[in-house]
Amino acid sequence: MSVPGPSQWLVLIVFVPLLAAVAAVLWPGRGAGRWLTVLTGLLTGGGLLSLSARLLDAGEPVTHALGGWPTPLGIALYADGLSLAMLWLTWVVMSAASWHADAYNPAHGIDEALFRPLWLACWCALNAVFVSGDLFNVYVVLEISTLAAVPLVAIAGGRAALTAALRYLLFALLGALVYLLGVALVYGRHGRLDMHGLEITPEPAMLLAAGLVTAGLMAKAALVPMHVWLPPAHSRAPAPVSAILSALVVKAAVYLLLRLWTWTWPELINGAAWVLGGLGAVAMIHGSVLALLQVRLKRVVAYSTVAQLGYLLLVFPLASLLAWQGVVMHAVSHGLAKAGFFLAAGNIMHLLGHDRLQGMRGISGGPLALTMFALALSAVSLMGLPPSGGFLAKWLLLQAALEAGAWGWAALLLIAGLLAAAYLFRVLAILLARDTPDPLAAPGSDRHVPTAMAWSALTLALGSAVLAFAGEPLLRLFSIGSPDIMTGSTGP
Amino acid sequence: MTGFTLPAAMPLYTMATSLVAAVLIFALGETRGRARTVVNVAAAVVKLLFVFAMLVAVWQGQEFEVRLPMGAGLELLLIADALSLLFITLSALLWLLTTVYAIGYLEGAPQRARFFGFFSLCVAATMGIASAGNLFTFFIFYELLTLATYPLVAHRGTADALRGARVYLAYTLAGGVALLAGIVWLEVLGVDTTFTPGGQLDDHDVGPALRGAYWLLIAGIGVKAAMVPLHGWLPIAMVAPAPVSALLHAVAVVKAGAFGIVRVVLDVYGSERAGAEGLLLPLAVLAAITIIWGSVRALAQRDIKKRLAYSTVSQVSYITLGIALGGPVAAVGGLVHLVHQGLMKITLFFCAGNWAETLEIKRIDQLNGVGRRMPLTTAAFTIGALGMIGMPPVAGFISKWYLGLGALQAGAPWAVAVLVASTLLNAAYFLPVLARAWFAPPPEHWHERFDGLRAETLLALLIPTLLVAAAALAVGVFAALGASPLAWAEFIIREEYLP
Repeated sequence: MSVPGPSQWLVLIVFVPLLAAVAAVLWPGRGAGRWLTVLTGLLTGGGLLSLSARLLDAGEPVTHALGGWPTPLGIALYADGLSLAMLWLTWVVMSAASWHADAYNPAHGIDEALFRPLWLACWCALNAVFVSGDLFNVYVVLEISTLAAVPLVAIAGGRAALTAALRYLLFALLGALVYLLGVALVYGRHGRLDMHGLEITPEPAMLLAAGLVTAGLMAKAALVPMHVWLPPAHSRAPAPVSAILSALVVKAAVYLLLRLWTWTWPELINGAAWVLGGLGAVAMIHGSVLALLQVRLKRVVAYSTVAQLGYLLLVFPLASLLAWQGVVMHAVSHGLAKAGFFLAAGNIMHLLGHDRLQGMRGISGGPLALTMFALALSAVSLMGLPPSGGFLAKWLLLQAALEAGAWGWAALLLIAGLLAAAYLFRVLAILLARDTPDPLAAPGSDRHVPTAMAWSALTLALGSAVLAFAGEPLLRLFSIGSPDIMTGSTGP
Repeated sequence: MTGFTLPAAMPLYTMATSLVAAVLIFALGETRGRARTVVNVAAAVVKLLFVFAMLVAVWQGQEFEVRLPMGAGLELLLIADALSLLFITLSALLWLLTTVYAIGYLEGAPQRARFFGFFSLCVAATMGIASAGNLFTFFIFYELLTLATYPLVAHRGTADALRGARVYLAYTLAGGVALLAGIVWLEVLGVDTTFTPGGQLDDHDVGPALRGAYWLLIAGIGVKAAMVPLHGWLPIAMVAPAPVSALLHAVAVVKAGAFGIVRVVLDVYGSERAGAEGLLLPLAVLAAITIIWGSVRALAQRDIKKRLAYSTVSQVSYITLGIALGGPVAAVGGLVHLVHQGLMKITLFFCAGNWAETLEIKRIDQLNGVGRRMPLTTAAFTIGALGMIGMPPVAGFISKWYLGLGALQAGAPWAVAVLVASTLLNAAYFLPVLARAWFAPPPEHWHERFDGLRAETLLALLIPTLLVAAAALAVGVFAALGASPLAWAEFIIREEYLP
């Protein structure tokens, strides 16, 4: 058997986690689950290396027609710079979160037989979203990701988690329904569903379709005003699940928004660009202000996700290669930092048994030293300060805004950065306080944070810091296959 | 060129000494105190050796440069030119002494690993600021310095400490935003922001855009340089432990601000061009207002550290004033004050720390007769205070002499009046302190905590204090020698004005 070529890898990175998920149902033990996850990581990692090498080498996207049928008859898989950015992010976050879960799950009574298949199915679905080029396919895999994520939220049990999961399910299903309605309109009018080949012109029916699809995706992405399900779901879930929900699952829906508005109906963007950008702005401010008001650590982080997703929508009004690079960099660095932050928050909860901020006064140090580093480093990236990928992203977006003479967007970016610093330093200050007895010094608290949990959080945080220093090759990779509307070849 | 050639990446290696020290200190943890001390001191000594080697090499004409492309045309650029080395030498020298002092000061205190880890990180960031070769690099380390100093200001963890740290952060992060906006704006306008003697404006028209970017940069950097009205954080951040105050005031933070203003004026906009476009006069006026205002506020303080803080507000603006007056002589005065103020102010803070640690003296009215109980510390304080007033032969006199000459040469006699007024005010807030310390009758009995020590206080506190005081005196007395800060400042200005 010969080594698979890059385009076959496109298929394998989807099917390897799928097969692993099936295998995890057949062999439900903890040991088997762990090995299946490692195997999935190794194989998909190899595939991503091969794909990246090919992409950087050729300088253009890789495609693969399933079964040899060309579009619009068959289904095409597709990977460009954006796809690879998201695939790599998925790989790193899933690997680190799996490592964390190895120690977290047994300590918190999470049922392995249930967890592992859902976890791997979610991985499969995410990879599939990022290589799909077809409106209906994407619907299917996005649904799989949701249907795997919802039970993962509720997996730890408890009334609050169940309520949060059900609310999440409700929003996701409604979103899916509305999305499907839009897709049906497109199919009825054009008779094909490949995102790249459709040439949609501004007409009332298609505007409606674009609006429906966008609304559906916004519900899934928790973009303001359809964000209310996210904070409870992301804060009630077990730590590794929170990490992948905030870093990856919601971002899959935003990813699709980017794809559709730049590939499928770029002609409709005039006007819509400002609406989308405006919603992003509202999310950035609203999410940050609410994050500032929370009294529980995980809810601060969850509202921070609401705010940070808003940045990604700024690409529409700014529409330039710089903005595109900035947004992709932001998606990746936010993913790493946010996942690192959630894992670190999980470590604190592991020791304290709660995540009330007031109960955390002065816990920096001791068994939590590494966790604190992870928390602080992630925070630096989230507020867009150097040295971090978040900083590079903010710089690129700011430069894009000033080059376009868009003072308003530039001011928004700067203000949002300050707000992020405000809600994150509020947390860090509480951890540094020393006005009460150290909660960890209480008699009988000889617990420690397992190595896997401390280092997985730190690895992600370091990753988001190191991104800044790998900016040169990364931005080159991210720009491959960037849409015409961003590079200025056509469009507004 | 005779002798030796150093690797071009020396600035990076020099910064690495502090970075590696920071990582090691964090990794060693709280309990391994002896190993931590070894790492601390060894790193500071190695760094100092590197810096001296670079000084010699730069004097002989070698150039240092390290580049790392960051994508989208951005570049991390570290250099070591004469101006960098002025700041690097000061911070490396004072880092060693402050480290020794801090080890003594924090003996037995909790969370020392965290303290010294961030302390080293702070020095690494300062080193980055000093050796930044363009505004992008400068900004990265400028923000890093904010982040690394925050846990130091908050170190004690009390409500006061956290409040001080919060105010500090609010000011500096807001300043960072202005700075970032200014830098990106300059890039968008097509100005090369690599530091070059004579500036980078070339044939750019100085319109509202370039002026706007200039004032954004000055406002952003002015926060750390504590220019009125952006100085509010400095007195409040006084809650930090004494070595941190020394670091903030003499080695790192306010110096980073003053140094940034020097870079922007001399190496981005260019002194002549900025002067011709009328960008310098308002800056000089702001500096003059800060000098007077800081001194007036210092008079009103009863707390020793607060009085010193306002004195810093005033003194750091001498540097800005020297640069903003726009002639070579005034610029020499400003640059040399970067070093002189550092030496004198760190002496004063060390002394304040010694008094507080040994006799729990915090307020000026508690200083009566302290000269009898702690004569060496009080003598050191006297040297620092007289230097601040500008009394020859202490370092401060040299600075004021050059600033005054420079003001006349630049046709700004009003600046001489500002200097005279400031000198009178300095005397008004320092001389009564000295009189009290030496001549007032001491209280019945001092706090007895350190009785039984052979010296007047711990040697780890006393020796650095005496060394910096001696240095503050020596750079003044030997200013005419070839190896003095003054000679080095003249060397820099020759390059800037006669490139």
